[in-house]
Amino acid sequence: MHEPKEIFVNTSRCTACKTCEISCAVAHSRSGNLYGALQEKPTPKPRLYVEWVSPDVNVPILCRHCEDAPCVHACISGAISRNKESVVTTDSDKCIGCWTCVMVCPYGVIGRHLETHKSYRCDRCPDRETPACVSSCPTKALVYRTVKSFSKDVRKEAASKMIAGEGE
Amino acid sequence: MSTDKSFESKSLDPAVQQMIAKAKEKGIATVWDRYEAMNPQCGYGDTGLCCRNCLQGPCRINPFGDEPKTGICGSTADVMVARWLDRAIAAGTAAHSGHAKHLAHTMMKMTKGQAPDYTIKDPVKLKSVAVRLGLPVEGRDNMEIARDVASAALADFAEKETPVLWAATVVTEGRVKALSAIGAVPKGIDHEVSEIMHRTLYGVDADAVNLLIAGIRCGVADLAGCYMGTDLADILFGTPTPVVSKANMGTLKADMVNIAAHGHNPVLSEMIVTVAESMKQEAVAAGAKGVNVVGICCTGNELLERHAIPSCTHSVSQEMALLTGALDAIVVDYQCIMPSLVTVAECMGSKIITTMDICKITGAEHIEFTEEAAAEKAKEAVRAAIAVFKKRKGQPVDIPDVESAVVAGFSTESIVAALAKVDAKDPLKPLVDNIKNGNIRGVCLFAGCNNVKVPQDRNFKIMAEKLLKENVLVVATGCGAGALMRHGFMDPANVGSLCGDGLKAVLTAIGEANGLGGPLPPVLHLGSCVDNSRAVAIVVALANYLGVDTDKLPVVASAPEAVSEKAVSIGVYAVAAGLPTHVGVMLPVLGSPAVTGILTDKVKGLTGGYFIVDLDPSSAADKLLAAIDERRKGLGL
Repeated sequence: MHEPKEIFVNTSRCTACKTCEISCAVAHSRSGNLYGALQEKPTPKPRLYVEWVSPDVNVPILCRHCEDAPCVHACISGAISRNKESVVTTDSDKCIGCWTCVMVCPYGVIGRHLETHKSYRCDRCPDRETPACVSSCPTKALVYRTVKSFSKDVRKEAASKMIAGEGE
Repeated sequence: MSTDKSFESKSLDPAVQQMIAKAKEKGIATVWDRYEAMNPQCGYGDTGLCCRNCLQGPCRINPFGDEPKTGICGSTADVMVARWLDRAIAAGTAAHSGHAKHLAHTMMKMTKGQAPDYTIKDPVKLKSVAVRLGLPVEGRDNMEIARDVASAALADFAEKETPVLWAATVVTEGRVKALSAIGAVPKGIDHEVSEIMHRTLYGVDADAVNLLIAGIRCGVADLAGCYMGTDLADILFGTPTPVVSKANMGTLKADMVNIAAHGHNPVLSEMIVTVAESMKQEAVAAGAKGVNVVGICCTGNELLERHAIPSCTHSVSQEMALLTGALDAIVVDYQCIMPSLVTVAECMGSKIITTMDICKITGAEHIEFTEEAAAEKAKEAVRAAIAVFKKRKGQPVDIPDVESAVVAGFSTESIVAALAKVDAKDPLKPLVDNIKNGNIRGVCLFAGCNNVKVPQDRNFKIMAEKLLKENVLVVATGCGAGALMRHGFMDPANVGSLCGDGLKAVLTAIGEANGLGGPLPPVLHLGSCVDNSRAVAIVVALANYLGVDTDKLPVVASAPEAVSEKAVSIGVYAVAAGLPTHVGVMLPVLGSPAVTGILTDKVKGLTGGYFIVDLDPSSAADKLLAAIDERRKGLGL
């Protein structure tokens, strides 16, 4: 079975430049460019958030598209579902703005759009091969990979550290 | 080497395209590679919503309306954007006027006998400048007058009781009143730069309108610096008269010692030209046929307009001249010198020679230039180039077989002289009559740089083509002039294909009255970037002739591929002079709709001028034509 890719974060590489936030908003604008996006209504919104963990760690945080997503279960109007690419999506037409999804989301990454009165979240940029946040990240803190490939690298790094430790 | 069309997204200049291909082949990184590596560029910087003016920062304001809505100190987006703009204007002003101050010091040293290699080349201009400044000239020695002019120039930098002379005496009376009314008359050139640094400090000016008025005042100080730069250079090195030359990399010669003067101030480059001929024997002894001096960027324009020295290339393609392998040395002074030149020179076996204390580049050879020993220092630089030639002699070079014919050297004085051949008693009459009868629909000044974000020369080319067809008289300065000259816009042979019938008739009539046997070139080369002052001089002369202020004339300006903060300050003084002024790249102001609105609209109520920001060259040209037509209507034409 085809394994979908996820957006992963190398927190040690994030400098909190917030380029991902800007490019996310631009990618979700009608004009598709920054200068145009600034003039648009409804205002395009970033769907990920760079959070600061004192004293010096920055974490870009966004919808994890959980396999067993609490928001899908909680949505009273049936607006939230999982599509065949395994992406959790919100159908704005069905969204009634009850904010139950916000209440149950463990990551706090569902936003409320004050102009449209709808919720919004990461949609994994369905029209792009790589999500805008990932392709714009100047330090490659954000990566778009399968669990298998990401974990492989984590294991390799852990293994090399382990061996280096043995050599001391 | 053939032209590779795939490089059209980087440059429209075929010579540059060939060198980009060579750089790729050799694995040498150029400005286009670095631009690619830099993308995506920071959205906060791009919109002007990043502030680093204090140590609590950096602060960023969310351009999409959520938190943070202000900086840590409480600065709004409007304040942040206006503060940045002010600092850019101050930097541009500091640079142009620093150039002018350098000339003033040189002139002062000359009058004291401390700079023996400099002389007064144009005593007529010296006297006309002195008279304009209100200095006595009758029965006085030229050196005495020059000393007074140099003193007056240096005095214009500090805050003083009297106005900045190079601002107050160069605009219309109406402009003095209009600028006084909004508090935009500078008290001293350096004073305005310094005051902007003060007011943009942490916790000082936090009112966008007040900040922008200060920016306009500093922009007027920039006009003073530019005008002074032109005046003093004309006095010391001669006021340009039409010359015939060539442009582009085809002007490099495989069998000669090729030396490029790059930067801005003729104080240095004039000396290179002066000594080059006398060093022919040394070059011959090294196996060369002689010394070939070419220009890059504005000092190239200064040499072109006065000595017909060919222009090699401009602005964003400066590295490409080195890629030919034929350029033995680039001698630089200051401004627009990309530090990357040193790396490219190292790869190509060439040499970068810096000469100014304020502009050293790690890895370059530094020969400290002094006015006291100017010719000797210039010889030292040429000798260094000869030494490089000795090493590269016999090795293959790739000089693109690309060059354009250029007629340059259109100072205000030489334009008036050319018009005087049509009407000796009333030289401006033929020009004004043709504006009135519509043969000339309006005038457009092209200025500024080549920006890596735009395929090199694209905006200049598209806009100039459109405006010339619509009978707009086009004049150009700086690397804008460079772009247009490399594409044949300064070759009189192209008048037929480029210009509308009305303009064609006017250029032909003036050319023939001057015994050229043909027209003037389609675009008139006014000189370097400080020589934007020449455009102001022409506009002021036209306004005074017609008895209206400069903001009523069908005259527009454009910097369609701007880079430098100097282009920002020039744009501000064009707006202060009342001109609709187009910028073809985004200024980082969009983060503040209020500031954007002031610059593109509300400022009209203050100076009559305003900015037009449009990244599409074709629609920008349409907007400039509409602005010209609006002004014609205002004049009842």
